Amino acid sequence: MKELLRRSWVGPLAALVAVYALFSVLAPATFPGGVNLTTMLRQTAVVAVSSLGMTFVILLGGIDLSIGSAVALTSVVVARVLQSGAGVVAAVTLGVLATVVTGWLNGVLAARGKITPFIVTLGSMSVLRGVAKGLAGEQKIDADPHGLEHLMTAGAGAALPAGVWLTLALAVAAAIVLHFTVFGRHVLAIGSNENTARLCGIPVERVVVAVYALCGALTGVAGVLEFSTLTVGDPTDSIGLELEAIAAVVIGGGSLAGGQGSVAGTLLGALLMTVIKTGCTHVGLPNWVQEILTGVIIVVAVGIDRLRRR
Amino acid sequence: MSGSAPRLTARGVAKSFGATPVLHAVSLELAVGSVHAMLGENGAGKSTLLKILAGVERPDAGSLELDGAAYAPSGPLDARARGVAIVHQELSLCAHLGVAENIVLGSEPRRFGWLSRREANLRAERALALLSDGGTTLPLDARVGALSAAEQQLVEIARALAHDDCRLLILDEPTSSLGHADVERLFATLSALRERGLTILYVSHFLDEIRRIADRYTVLRDGREVASGAVRDTTNEALVTAMAGEAVEVGTARARSPGEVVLSLHEVRGARLPKAASLELRRGEVLGIAGLMGSGRTELLRAVFGLDRVRSGRVRVRGLVGEATPRARLAQGVGLLSEDRAREGLALGLSVAKNLTLSRLKPLLRRGFLSQRAEHDAAAFWIARLGIRARGPDQRVRELSGGNQQKIAVARLLYHDVDVLLLDEPTRGIDVRSRAELHELIGELCAEGKAVLIVSSHFDELIALCDRVAVMHKGVLGPARSVSGLDERALLQEAAGA
Repeated sequence: MKELLRRSWVGPLAALVAVYALFSVLAPATFPGGVNLTTMLRQTAVVAVSSLGMTFVILLGGIDLSIGSAVALTSVVVARVLQSGAGVVAAVTLGVLATVVTGWLNGVLAARGKITPFIVTLGSMSVLRGVAKGLAGEQKIDADPHGLEHLMTAGAGAALPAGVWLTLALAVAAAIVLHFTVFGRHVLAIGSNENTARLCGIPVERVVVAVYALCGALTGVAGVLEFSTLTVGDPTDSIGLELEAIAAVVIGGGSLAGGQGSVAGTLLGALLMTVIKTGCTHVGLPNWVQEILTGVIIVVAVGIDRLRRR
Repeated sequence: MSGSAPRLTARGVAKSFGATPVLHAVSLELAVGSVHAMLGENGAGKSTLLKILAGVERPDAGSLELDGAAYAPSGPLDARARGVAIVHQELSLCAHLGVAENIVLGSEPRRFGWLSRREANLRAERALALLSDGGTTLPLDARVGALSAAEQQLVEIARALAHDDCRLLILDEPTSSLGHADVERLFATLSALRERGLTILYVSHFLDEIRRIADRYTVLRDGREVASGAVRDTTNEALVTAMAGEAVEVGTARARSPGEVVLSLHEVRGARLPKAASLELRRGEVLGIAGLMGSGRTELLRAVFGLDRVRSGRVRVRGLVGEATPRARLAQGVGLLSEDRAREGLALGLSVAKNLTLSRLKPLLRRGFLSQRAEHDAAAFWIARLGIRARGPDQRVRELSGGNQQKIAVARLLYHDVDVLLLDEPTRGIDVRSRAELHELIGELCAEGKAVLIVSSHFDELIALCDRVAVMHKGVLGPARSVSGLDERALLQEAAGA
């Protein structure tokens, strides 16, 4: 029992259950129930997938501020390719490949160029946004989604859309990679103590580059989901997504110093933020109250986590 | 000395940390206008005494007097206000600020709440002028990070002097990072300060320095004051005996028969240290390197292991010049035990099992995935083999005692099955029982045919453990000799350059 309580996702799970119960009581007519749950899961998918990549980066002791821009870039690339008539497979492949490359570049600059990840990705945040706008000619790109839109539309009743299942599958895969592969162990070790990792012969630079590339890949998938939600390529989309992803990881028990965090915690963190937003809407609280509440939750979550670890 | 009243008097100062007494009733008298040397081996209690004088720690018993008045500083700031300043071995300057800004740091001159740059420069200039007889060349606006180690030290000393009425200046191993010419410059500065009536407490291992600069000395051993007097009335031999103690263990030849050479170094030179190191390490032998802090002993092991760059010279493992990265060295069967468990040796936030298996995860793979079971079994085996006191493989390393942490770091090398163990201060900061167990383990490993290169500042430990010992002094490694007939005093004398 005591061991269970020490798990980093227990706190966010308790918070999620509590907040869900609270809104179910405050808005009993609309909030509880399968349909709203499905809606909330659908709304969480993009943030959740990009937070998975962020989980790896933060576990490593790094940060990636470029993922909001990267998601917009992917949506633009997907739309452009679809527009050219090259088909869904090519569109998705190129869309994801674009952010794998940019993630890889972030990693190379951080690991080999010895530039702080914060600065590297602050730069690429701006660069990628610019590239997306240039590629889109500074406007939204309408393209026939060729069935991609079904990724994020719910089926009959409360059936979960494919995109949500994809999110869950990716999360399971991420957890397995983290806990049961050599790569995952190396990520944990570097985040926990980079000097120890070096002492143990871990190829630190290579792992760092791989983690940023992996984060890029997951961001690309998030971008595809975003396109399927919007069904347009929008270069001004997802501004500030990176901060939501960081918040999800941190609420889920991640530490910006590295070495701490979990996939389960991150998912719960992402979901918690959606539940608060949706719940406030159902109760009729204005947007600004939601924003204040979300901010308070982030700081309180981390504060409680620090107390618990003491 | 002169008949005038002493600057500082300590009577019966005692201090314990937990159940461990570090100082037993130490007394000390520092005269006005003198340089007083404090000597002692690692763990003799020097740092604790300095901390008490500088107001960082408070004594459990005893009293201090400064210029005849009771002196019980409530903290470092209070000590400074009373005129006692300390310059630590590791400098504490703000690298991005200028010389003058650093000198007035914490007591910036203000005018209507605004910084007064002119007043700051004036004060800094005055402090720097005290250091030399007018020949200072440090530009007041130079960024401190761009200065040499020696210049930074001058800034640090100037900062100590800039405070009103500095009476006692404490220097903790000030020459450990200085070159020869810089040491001369420092000595000239200290002589000038002494002429001005300042009292200087000078902590050093180097007897030749003490002989040149100090008037009086005090030797600490195991928390007790064991000798004191005028430097000119004593010999280096007597000082070494006082530091090491009378009843020193004399080494005896061991009944081991070392095999072939597994590690050989030829004139290895690092980025800064070591300057020249050659040795041959054989299978089934324990070779010790005796060196004081700052002698380049740690840098030597790091260079061999590929953590630091080798500037020139050659490292061969089993006769081959291989790639020199930690990864390659581990593959060649060479492992390093770091001297710093917390910062380098261990990932304290991870579990015992994860730390233990980190360098070699391959045996834990089942169909390409790490097996928790295999990891647990491996960890459980080494926990039992080395008698590590932990709740189990999943306990975080941070929660264990120093001795058990160290055993985990050693167990990692054994789990990796290295043939050559580079052990940097393997018994630093661990309890007596763990120390004895590690000593026994090193003997066993040697009997199994492993080669052990061990660095220690506890020379008695080297004499008890090693077949041969080489002394490192200021970056240069001397020849390795059999410990047969050697004693701690002889090693200390060489390491201290006497």
